[in-house]
Amino acid sequence: MSKIRILVGTKKGAFILTGDGKRQNWEVNGPHFAGWEMYHLKGSPAEPNRIYASQTSGWFGQIIQRSDDGGKTWNPPGTKPEDLIGPGGMPKGESNMFVYEGEVGTHKFYDGSQHPWEFKRIWHIEPSLTDPDTALAGAEDAALFKTVDGGKTWKELSGLRGAKGHLWQPGAGGMGLHTILLDPNNANRIYIAISAAGAFRTDDGGKTWRPINRGLKSQYELPDPDAEVGHCVHRIAMHPSRPGVLFMQKHWDVLRTDNAGEQWQEVSGNLPTDFGFPIDVHAHEPETIYVVPIKSDSEHFPPDGKLRVYRSRTGGNEWEALTKGLPQKDCYVNVLRDAMAVDSLEPCGVYFGTTGGQVYASPDSGDTWNPVVRDLPAVYSVEVQTLP
Amino acid sequence: MINVVLPHHLRTLARVDGEVQIEVKGPVTVRSLLDALESRYPVLRGTIRDHVTLRRRPFVRYFACKEDLSLEPPETRLPDAVVSGAEPFLIVGAMAGG
Repeated sequence: MSKIRILVGTKKGAFILTGDGKRQNWEVNGPHFAGWEMYHLKGSPAEPNRIYASQTSGWFGQIIQRSDDGGKTWNPPGTKPEDLIGPGGMPKGESNMFVYEGEVGTHKFYDGSQHPWEFKRIWHIEPSLTDPDTALAGAEDAALFKTVDGGKTWKELSGLRGAKGHLWQPGAGGMGLHTILLDPNNANRIYIAISAAGAFRTDDGGKTWRPINRGLKSQYELPDPDAEVGHCVHRIAMHPSRPGVLFMQKHWDVLRTDNAGEQWQEVSGNLPTDFGFPIDVHAHEPETIYVVPIKSDSEHFPPDGKLRVYRSRTGGNEWEALTKGLPQKDCYVNVLRDAMAVDSLEPCGVYFGTTGGQVYASPDSGDTWNPVVRDLPAVYSVEVQTLP
Repeated sequence: MINVVLPHHLRTLARVDGEVQIEVKGPVTVRSLLDALESRYPVLRGTIRDHVTLRRRPFVRYFACKEDLSLEPPETRLPDAVVSGAEPFLIVGAMAGG
C-alpha cells in the first residue's frame, strides 16, 4: 500500500508526518533541528529518501542539511558516514556558503535608494527531477543557486539578477525567491518568482532570464500597467502535464497564463477576497486549483474567522468553498505561500499548514479535511511525498 | 588547550557537549582561535563569522574573563587565563528580539 510522507518546516524545527494510503492515521516525527527556523524541506523526485532542508537562524545564518534515509538522519552535505563514527564523530560538511557571483551590485530598497545585495537565507529548495545530486535554491536577497554535488557546494545562476535586478525591491517579508518550477518536458525551461519583483523564465537552463509579468496589475503600488518588474507575486503553480499553463496567487488577484507567462489573465472570479499566499493544482485534474483567501494584506487572517480553502474545477473564475472539517468560527491563522501541497494518490490528497501550527489533510480532493497535527510551531512550508 | 563554550544551537550543530578544547599554534588571538575552531569543526564555518569577510555575525558575541571582547579587533591577544585554559572563551548568541 502507498505511503504518504509530509515534510513540514516550522518556525522552530522540522517535522515529518507519515501516514498510509488512507490518509487517516499519522505518525509525527520531530522536531528535527529544534529551535531553528526550517524554511523548507523537499525530497528528490529521483531518489525520494534524499531530502534537502533549509535550516536558518537570525543568529547563526544558513545551513543546508540533507537526509539520505527519508528523514531519519541528517547531515550537512559533505559529511562521510565514517566521519560520524565514534564519540568524536561530527559533521565535516560545510554547506552553508552562498556567495553572490561577481560584482554584487544593488537593488531597489524600501526608500527607493539602491541597496547592496545581502544574503540572508534560503527560502526554497527544488531538487532536480532526474538527478538526486542536483538542486536549485531560492535565496533572500533574491537569487538562484545551484548545486550539482548533493548540496555540498552552491553556485549562483547570476543571469537572473541581470533581469532588471536593480529595479527589484523587497516585500514586507523580505526580497525572497520563493517559487521554483521545473518544466518536466524541457530541462532548459525554469520558472521562478520573487517578492516583490515578479515571475521570471529561463529557456536556456538558467543562463539568461526574462520577466514574465505581462497582464499583472497593481494599481496603486505599481501605476505603470506595463511595468516589467516590481510585482508582488506570492506563488505560482503548474501541473506537470501542462507546463505552459501556470496559476498565480498574487498579493491581490489570482491569475493564469496559457502561454508560459507571455500573458496573464485574472481568474479571481467569485472569491470572497483575492488576497492570499499559496496556490496549488490537483494531481490528476490540471484545471482544478486551490487557494486560501485571506481577508487583506493588513490583517492576514481568513475572512469572518472561517478557514476556507477555495477550489476551482474550471481553472479559475468559478470557485467553491471547502469547509468540511475546517474551523468555521474564531479562526485567525494564516497559510503561508509554501505551505500547501498535493499527493498523487487517487483520489488526490491536499495538505496545508497554518501559522497556528495545524497541518490539515484532505484525502478526497478537498471535500473533507482532518487535522494531522494541531499544535506545531508556526508552519512555514509543507511538501508531500507519495511513496510506494 | 583552550576551552571554548559554544551556544546551544552551535553545540547541537557540531554535535558536541559542553566545552570544546582547541589547540592554537602561535599567538592566541580572537582570529586565530576562531580559525582553529572552524578547522576542527568545519560545520561552524559561516555561523560565527561571515564566510567571506570573516566579520562577526551581528548577533554573536565573544566573552572571556568577564570582559566583552566582541568589538575588539580580531588580532587582539586573548587573556593569559584563556590561553592557559584556566578560563573559557565564550561564544554567545546575543539576547535580541525584545
